[in-house]
This record gives sequence, structure tokens and C-alpha cells, in this order.
Amino acid sequence: MDTLLPIQDRGGPAQPLLLATGLRKHFPVAGGLLGRTTKVVRAVDDLTLSVAKGETLGVVGESGCGKSTVARLLIRLIKPDKGTMVLDGDPVDEPHGITVNELRRQVQMVFQDSYASLNPRLTIAETLAFAPRAHGLPAAEARERVRDLLAKVGLDPVNYADRYPHELSGGQRQRVNIARALALRPRLIILDEAVSALDKSVEAQVLNMLVDLKKELDLTYVFISHDLNVVQYLSDRVLVMYLGKIVELGPVEAIYGDPQHPYTKALLSARPSMDPRKRTREAPIQGDPPNPINPPSGCRFRTRCPFAEDVCARAEPPLADTGTQAVACHMRVAGSGHSKAVAA
Amino acid sequence: MSNLLQVNDLHVTFVTPDRTVHAVNGVSFDLKRGETLGILGESGSGKSVTLRSILRLHPEHRTRWSGSIKLGGDEVLEMGPRALSDLRGQRVAMIFQEPATAFDPVFTIGQQIAETVRRHTGKSDSDSWKRARELLEMVRIPSPEQRLKAYPHEMSGGMRQRAMIALALSCNPSLLLADEPTTALDATVQIQVLLLIRELQREFDLGVIFVTHDIGVAVEVSDRIGVMYAGKLVELAPVERMVDAPQHPYSRGLLASTVHDGMRGQRLEAIPGAPPDLAEVPGGCSFAPRCKFVRPDCTASVPSLREVETAHAVRCVLAA
Repeated sequence: MDTLLPIQDRGGPAQPLLLATGLRKHFPVAGGLLGRTTKVVRAVDDLTLSVAKGETLGVVGESGCGKSTVARLLIRLIKPDKGTMVLDGDPVDEPHGITVNELRRQVQMVFQDSYASLNPRLTIAETLAFAPRAHGLPAAEARERVRDLLAKVGLDPVNYADRYPHELSGGQRQRVNIARALALRPRLIILDEAVSALDKSVEAQVLNMLVDLKKELDLTYVFISHDLNVVQYLSDRVLVMYLGKIVELGPVEAIYGDPQHPYTKALLSARPSMDPRKRTREAPIQGDPPNPINPPSGCRFRTRCPFAEDVCARAEPPLADTGTQAVACHMRVAGSGHSKAVAA
Repeated sequence: MSNLLQVNDLHVTFVTPDRTVHAVNGVSFDLKRGETLGILGESGSGKSVTLRSILRLHPEHRTRWSGSIKLGGDEVLEMGPRALSDLRGQRVAMIFQEPATAFDPVFTIGQQIAETVRRHTGKSDSDSWKRARELLEMVRIPSPEQRLKAYPHEMSGGMRQRAMIALALSCNPSLLLADEPTTALDATVQIQVLLLIRELQREFDLGVIFVTHDIGVAVEVSDRIGVMYAGKLVELAPVERMVDAPQHPYSRGLLASTVHDGMRGQRLEAIPGAPPDLAEVPGGCSFAPRCKFVRPDCTASVPSLREVETAHAVRCVLAA
């Protein structure tokens, strides 16, 4: 009867839920005479990542590092220039694979702006029933699902189902957005700065709820944020991005406890201190992140890196496995030519 | 030491044909020269409205206020247009969250700073330009000579915020008002700007009021922290006291619900509910509906801001 059952696991726990290989997205910038394309924003460059079943993968980085482009690529809101994606063994948008529509049933997304992500002319119930109805769920069942969804995100269905988005607070609207993301019983939810616009007291409510829902519904999260503390709180693994590239990737304990890349170190020590007796005395790095239109050659971080040498401008560092985590830095590659390179 | 600024029982109400908003409901505090007061609060708590009142930046015909804002003996709420425009920029300067909107996009950074210097000090064109250059050096903008000729959109976010600080300090104000000046900046840039504000504050012995929603940021810059809720200060204490031993249930909840190092796996202590609508002045303690320690006398009358220890005041019937 229910046409929209949760999707069964196929490849077993060891097979990644989502595997993206060599994703690339460049945005042409129109400029100059006659609007010809003269420049290219290299938003995401040859990025490979996997998301394990049941984990929370945190993605951090500053503005322009490409973290939101990654989110949009993973759910195919934009088409990659290059690269492949495999969802639990099924190639996406390829012959013998699954369609983009099927991908979006299994992968859903929550955005930062809770108001802009809702249709102002639809009631909360209409918004939540929209996708299930479009996927063929009968009206009566859809109504029931709406009630379930609202209850799941802590909103009383009697009170909230017939309201419009402008009648809700920011925190309540974000709960509705999370409920909508759950409506098709997806397996992976991409949260792109989903709690960043909320006040702290409300943010804590929503974070608690995300933890509960993950357990209850056996979900996997990709959690994108600029807030390092929240990423640490929620994530099992953390991916650090800088100008469209992965600079470091590993378990949350390794990234926060023993960061290896100079950028990760700088990012972590740039966090304001919560202790007035241990205030920050010196900024870890100077300057702003460069414009992704013309990223530096070689290692993209070298223009702000205190350890940059000639080799950093010449060659791009590979993402090297250090045993605990993966780091893209010449200092972590034996024989790279950097004076501080690790011994072979 | 005498106070630079004294705010006493400030009320600000915005009146429109269909709505009245009681944004600030009795705020009192003072500030000394060389002191930084951090005002911490969530959206709608009245923190920015309080700050803007000091420069009278609210639309005159829609704003009702009462109370007193005294700057070195002069009553800001009674100033005429001439006195106000001398106050703004010259004695009190302000920096905002969005430097991109605070600058005029069609003039260069140099033109805008030099114009301000000319207006307030009466210096000649070339002297004003020279002063603008010094100011950019002071806020550590690399190659200042070139940057003077740059338009705001040609600079990065961090550079624009530095330029705005330069503009704010161009006429040697004694009081700097900062309204979330680092909120829109990236993490590695935010800390640079915070350190710069701290340094300049010391160098020029400025009084600073720093409004933010970020506890970490407030801790980095403030000597004292005031926590605002529903248009009132609910707690005011030296920064160490506020972090170690907050007394008001709201301040405690705010600190406990802020995620920081070492909270992984723990359940967050969220404050239930949402802040009240300020269309009506709340009777009693405005935090009572969300407070887990609520008692009958909480709603009977508005608790006063009482000193529980030297320099530590709390607006709660439970505070001892």
C-alpha cells in the first residue's frame, strides 16, 4: 500500500553510501567586450570523497572554498563538468545506473535561509505533502505522513499544519525544512549551513533534534558549516576545504586533536577563545582568502602559508595518507623537495 | 574616574500605523574611557537598537524614547540637528556588520575618508588626503597609497572592514560603537579584525561598545559583558564573572547552549521556546515563560537589576 517505503540498504555497511570521484565545477565569468567568457571561477577542482553509511561527514572552510558547490553537486542541483557519482553501488545519471530523480529521492538537502527555501504561498502541510504526492502517494496517506513529519520535528500538527511560512519563527521554519527533507524517507541529508542563521538557544534545540532524527531514522549526514565548534560537535569525519580543494580529511578526533595542514591549524586557532584569561594574542594567518577566480599555482594555500617554499608554487601537493588522516601538504610528503618534508 | 557615557533607563519604542514595538525597555549602564563593554544578545533582544540610540540613528518620526543618554555631560536625546551631526563621527563613531553597505560605492575609499576629515576638522584637501593615508596605515592595510584610490567593491571583506575602522577613527572619537563588525567575516579574518580593534582601543584609550551574538567574540574583546533579553539588560558583569559564574537563568542557558570544544556526544542544554514578541511590554520577568526556575513572583512584577556582588548586577528574583 505505502508506495514510498524507506529504501533498503543494498551493498552492506562497508560500501560507501555515496562515492564521488573527480568532481569538478568551474563557473565561467562573463566579462570584457561583448560579454565573452574571460575568466573562470574554479569552485571545485577534482574532488574525491566518500560518505560512509550512518556517519556524519563535516565539511568546513571559509567563503569561496567551494563547500556549498560541493553540496549542490552531490544532489545534482548543478551538473559537474567532470567526475562520477555512485550511490550505494548505483552510478548516477549513467546507463545502467539510477536517474537524477532517484538520487534526489535518496539524497535531500536543507539550506541556510529557512524562509527562502519555503514557498510562501503554500501552507506547511501543502509543502510537506508536495514531494510525496508527486511521487504517487495517495492524498490520505500523504496527510498522515505530514502529521508524522511534523511530530518528528517537534511541531504540533494541529497547530502548525495550516500555517504559512511567514507565521513561523526562524527555528520553526527550519524544523519544517528538515521535515520536508525527510518526507521521501531519504538515506542521506545534506545540511548546508542549516543552523547558521539561528540564534544560539534555538540552534541547540535544532542540533539536539538532528542527533535524535539521525538515530531514529538511520540517516547519514553531510554537514556543511563555517562554524568549527558545531562541526566538531556533530561530525564523525571532517573534510577541510580551501579554494576548491581538499586540504585535510580525517576522523574528527584527528582533525581537531592533531591537525596537520597549516591551514587547518590556522583555522582552528582562529576560533575565539571562550576563556577571558586565555585570549588570542596573535592572528594565526594574515590576509583574506584569495579570489577563487585566479587561484595560486601549486598549493593554493601557499600565499598565506608561513611555511611556503619554492616547491609549493611549482607543484600541487597530493592528498597523502598519514595513517590517521589525509593531508595535502608538501611537508607531509617524503622527498617533495620541501625543507621541512617528513623523512621517508 | 568619570564616566564617558551614561545611559539611564532608556526606553525606545517604534510606532507605525499598524504596530508598536517596544524594542528597548529600561536599559541603564555606564562606560569609562578605555573600557570595552560587550553587549550580548540574540536577534530582537534590542542590542543594536540600544547601540544606535547613542547616535540617534533611528527615524525620528517613528521613534519614541525616554530616559537619558549622557555623553560627557551632554544629553544626546535633547540634541538639535547641528549638535547631532557634530556628535556623529567626531565624538562617537560607529562600525557596522556590512562594510560594503556602509561605504558609498561610487567614491573611492580615499575620497570618503578625506571628506570626513575635512568636514570635521576643517583641514585642507591635501592634509585630509595625507591623514587618510595615515589612517589606512594605522589599520594595517598593505600598500595604502594604492588602496586610497580603490573603490569599496575592489577590496576584500576584511580590507573593507579595516577601511571602515579607519574611517570611524578619522576624527579621533572618544567612543566607538561596533555593531557585529566581524559577523560577516571569515574565521581567519575575524580574529585579525578583533585583535586590531583591541589594539586601537588601547592605543587611543577609546571607550568601545561591542554588540555581538557570539559569546566567543564578546569574550575576546570585552572588559564587561551585558546580556540583553527582550529589550532589557538581564545581567551585567566583568567578563571573567560572566563566563565563570553567570547568575541569570538566561545567561546560563545561553552559555550552556553554545557549542564549544569538548561537548561532543553530550546533549546540548537548549532553552525551550522562543523570545517574546515585543508588541507589548511584558509584565513581570520577560524570560519567565522559558525559565525552568520560574516562581509565582516572577510574573507579578518586573524584577530590578540588582547588584549581587561588586560590579555584577542581575535582573532575577532568584539571584543572591
